[in-house]
Amino acid sequence: MVGDGFFASHWLLALLLAAPLLGALACFAAPEERAKHVALVASVAVFGLSLPLFWTFEQGTPALQNYVSIPWIEAWGIGYTVGIDGISLLMVMLTTFILPLAVLGSFNYVKQRQRAFYAMLLVLETAMLGVFVALDLFLFFLFWEIMLVPMYFLIGIWGGTRRVYAAIKFFLFTAVGSLLMLAAIVALVYLYYRQFGVLTFAYNDLVQLPIGRQIQIPLFAAFALAFAIKVPMFPLHTWLPDAHVEAPTAGSVILAGVMLKMGTYGFLRFAMPMFANAATSPTVVTTVMVLSLVGILYGAWVAAVQPDVKKLVAYTSIAHLGFVMMGLFALTQQSVEGAILQMVNHGISTGALFLLIGMLYERRHTRMIADFGGIARTMPLFAVAFVVVALSSIGLPGTNGFVGEFLILLGTFRTQPLFAVLAASGVIFAAAYMLPMLQRVFYGPVTRAENESLRDLCPRERTIMAPLLAMILLIGVYPAPFLARTSASVEALISQIDERAGRAPLTMSPDVRPYDRLPILGVDEQPGGEP
Amino acid sequence: MILDFSSQLDYVWALLPEVILAITGLVVLTGDVFARGSSEVQSGRWVPALAIAGLVAAGAAAVFLAAVEGPGRMSMVAVDGMRVALTLVIVGATIVALLFSLEELERRGLAVGEFYFLVLMATVGMTLLTAARDLILVFVAIELMSISVYVLTGFDRRSRRSAEAGLKYFLVGAFASGFLLYGIALVFGAVGGTNLGLVDSAVAAGAADGSLLLQAGIALLLIGLGFKVSAVPFHMWTPDAYEGAPTPVTAFMAAGVKAAGFAAGLRVVAIGLAPAAVMWHDIVWWLALLTMIVPNLIALQEEDVKRMLAYSSIAHAGYLLVGLVAGGALGISATIFYLGVYALMTVGSFAVVAVVAGGSEDAALGKFRGLGWSRPLLSLLMVVCLLSLAGFPPTGGFVGKLYLLQAAMSAGEVALAVVLVLTSVLSYYYYLRVIWKMYFDEAPEGEAPAVPSRAFQFAGGVAVLGLLASGLFPGPAVDVTEAAGLEAAAVVDADPGTPPEAPTRAAPAAPIPAAE
Repeated sequence: MVGDGFFASHWLLALLLAAPLLGALACFAAPEERAKHVALVASVAVFGLSLPLFWTFEQGTPALQNYVSIPWIEAWGIGYTVGIDGISLLMVMLTTFILPLAVLGSFNYVKQRQRAFYAMLLVLETAMLGVFVALDLFLFFLFWEIMLVPMYFLIGIWGGTRRVYAAIKFFLFTAVGSLLMLAAIVALVYLYYRQFGVLTFAYNDLVQLPIGRQIQIPLFAAFALAFAIKVPMFPLHTWLPDAHVEAPTAGSVILAGVMLKMGTYGFLRFAMPMFANAATSPTVVTTVMVLSLVGILYGAWVAAVQPDVKKLVAYTSIAHLGFVMMGLFALTQQSVEGAILQMVNHGISTGALFLLIGMLYERRHTRMIADFGGIARTMPLFAVAFVVVALSSIGLPGTNGFVGEFLILLGTFRTQPLFAVLAASGVIFAAAYMLPMLQRVFYGPVTRAENESLRDLCPRERTIMAPLLAMILLIGVYPAPFLARTSASVEALISQIDERAGRAPLTMSPDVRPYDRLPILGVDEQPGGEP
Repeated sequence: MILDFSSQLDYVWALLPEVILAITGLVVLTGDVFARGSSEVQSGRWVPALAIAGLVAAGAAAVFLAAVEGPGRMSMVAVDGMRVALTLVIVGATIVALLFSLEELERRGLAVGEFYFLVLMATVGMTLLTAARDLILVFVAIELMSISVYVLTGFDRRSRRSAEAGLKYFLVGAFASGFLLYGIALVFGAVGGTNLGLVDSAVAAGAADGSLLLQAGIALLLIGLGFKVSAVPFHMWTPDAYEGAPTPVTAFMAAGVKAAGFAAGLRVVAIGLAPAAVMWHDIVWWLALLTMIVPNLIALQEEDVKRMLAYSSIAHAGYLLVGLVAGGALGISATIFYLGVYALMTVGSFAVVAVVAGGSEDAALGKFRGLGWSRPLLSLLMVVCLLSLAGFPPTGGFVGKLYLLQAAMSAGEVALAVVLVLTSVLSYYYYLRVIWKMYFDEAPEGEAPAVPSRAFQFAGGVAVLGLLASGLFPGPAVDVTEAAGLEAAAVVDADPGTPPEAPTRAAPAAPIPAAE
């Protein structure tokens, strides 16, 4: 039993969930022009609170940490069950890291209804953190759905000209998937009830349920649809460019930085282990590989012809998430670790790009590539930051993007060599859309008079970019602390999936043995040992 | 206390809520005549206060009945958990609806004793329906409720639309009553009694196996009840009646009539005729399917919020029918829970519509523009109600839909469950459209709806807190409804589909030994 005390206890997670909500209330109570400062303090405090989570995390064990399960709706076996493992740890850290930057990036952007704006951001933070730490399917779904509401308001109220269309499209797309997932969750709960005679929504219980192969397919499909829309995977991506382009800067940053990761996280945490047989069947794997590949190539090609920088970056997200999905379904240690790291990387790089585009937009009120040119002369610091972030997005060695993509390709090559080779070309296409854009925006002569007098980054903006650039380079040269925290979880997950896929029952009979589940730190085992 | 009807007084005890409501109604009616005299147009504030006090007392009486050991399954009047729960739902919804509409009624000159009398009489009919275990009593209660509500619908005599709606509702409703009565007659012919306990036993014993008479009787009963709960294709009257009626009446009838109609549906179909499930299952299944799909499609293009809410209430009848199809303890308890939540959210949303429409029946979507910024609290009430209607967490509407989904899944009605969630997505669009008007558009210059009265604010607070509480901490309500469902379903002797024991709680996560 290690890690006694507050920082290893579930109270830390409870505090992380509660603090942004309290901050949101404080925003409403604060005077209009003070709301942003309140929000900044709250989000920085949440980040500060989350740091001990990273330090006290017990490495080398797949066990669930900071775990607690408190009965909530007892009649249905629903509990407040939260906990983290290596995978959710990184997602939580990413969320708390991005949020203060998103708040800071909105200081000048949002001038109207500031209280509501910052309150919405903080409510969103609670919902996102909740999705990553929830280990009860009811709780998970609750956060998953609540998240849509503040985002709907963020896009709809503070967005661009087509904001209403984008907000409704975003909402409805996501809702179709999630409601089918709700039906699947209830079906799962009742399958469990028939098999074991108890009603429970707990992840750790439901993941033990052996599901007949025939039933796995529709259930997996329902979960996969919800997550694939969120990722978004290729044919389901059409909400993303609209939402990104119309959302205010903070909305885009959070959407790209954190919310897209919920789809991939959902695959990894729920869809793949619960329906291992479906998730590893050749048909599903090949479909996912093909769609990911199409996403990578299509995202890159479409990005290359966008006249709007923000839309360009939005399409690159589709390509990047294609890599992540490929890594997940290749299901090797390296590819999955790489995919998780790439989730973080994409959050940082794309978040940074959207912040930078927001800064540019605040100065010129346009995002068209054609309106710029040569602004590296007038805004040297901005140009440096943008180029570094853009290169990390391409995956240049020395930046974080390289580590993630390299691991994914390396791991994928072992099980799906053809797709790995084809996907590697995506890296070249990434250069093909990013570098011309950089050249047209930053280099060459200054063609327009308005661009002569652009201000360079102000101290606030430098404060935003500094941590992002630091993380890009840190993960680029020293990813070990991050990989070390995920490797045990990934290993356990892959062996779990493999084992389940190997012995899924054909029918549901009363004597089918339950699978094992993730151990809980401090309850089941000593760190490092097998349960 | 045990009710065995050994003394005449036992009838009073068994019908205590109804007795209280009826006496209050009579006092209100006669007292108002004497107090008002001929000079004053509207009655004083004491009239609604007395009506609300009577409703509260009826609720207390229902709680008292919860502690009473009821008569057996053959009694005409049920005293069980389901009756208590649904009586509380109906009485509670009526109280909240009255609180919301006090000011509105006075503004329109409708605040007269007769109005409150009719509301109380309708409530008597509704609560009686939750108890009725005899087809004759079901009919009497439905008529008492319906006739009161017809009059209430047309109560605004100065408004043509109100009169038109009242007449329409009356004609269609009278037609439906005919179906119902004929159905009762045929069922009586088939099994030789109108007592639902008797019907249940007789059918279970095979007295009416393959009886065409029973099949026809059930079909007619379903048509009659279908009209009352506005199930598609018997829903045509609903949008017009809901739109034309004074908005406070609309709120009352959307919540109360639906709850009472479903109470009758549960008692007659899901419990009394449970052994004859083969004869009604497919019919109700199709009713549920159509009632979920059709109104959700129509509501998508409805430009008037009041009409949109009318279609939404039809759609909710569809969701509730899923609980009825699922049947068994879980189906019954899910229906009860959903009715409770539905009553609260529908009353709340119609109340906001009444304020925004400002004394008319015209609630065009455009009137909601910018409401979120001009009337933040009123909009908050609307947002919570709409999100709950849409079935969004953390509101009671979400837990209610989850409850219905559980009932559907446990009864193996997977197709209905899937249709339920997909039509919910459709409904998101028209609910969100109101939110978009309220927050994404700027308010037109100058005009904002009046600030509602204290009573309205109180009722609004109750609705918001109630919806959030039932969404975040539904535990107690789930326990109560589950017990009620078990008790009601246990009356059915020969229903193999309902296991008598409740689903047990999850065992504390015990480590499972790893595979060897």
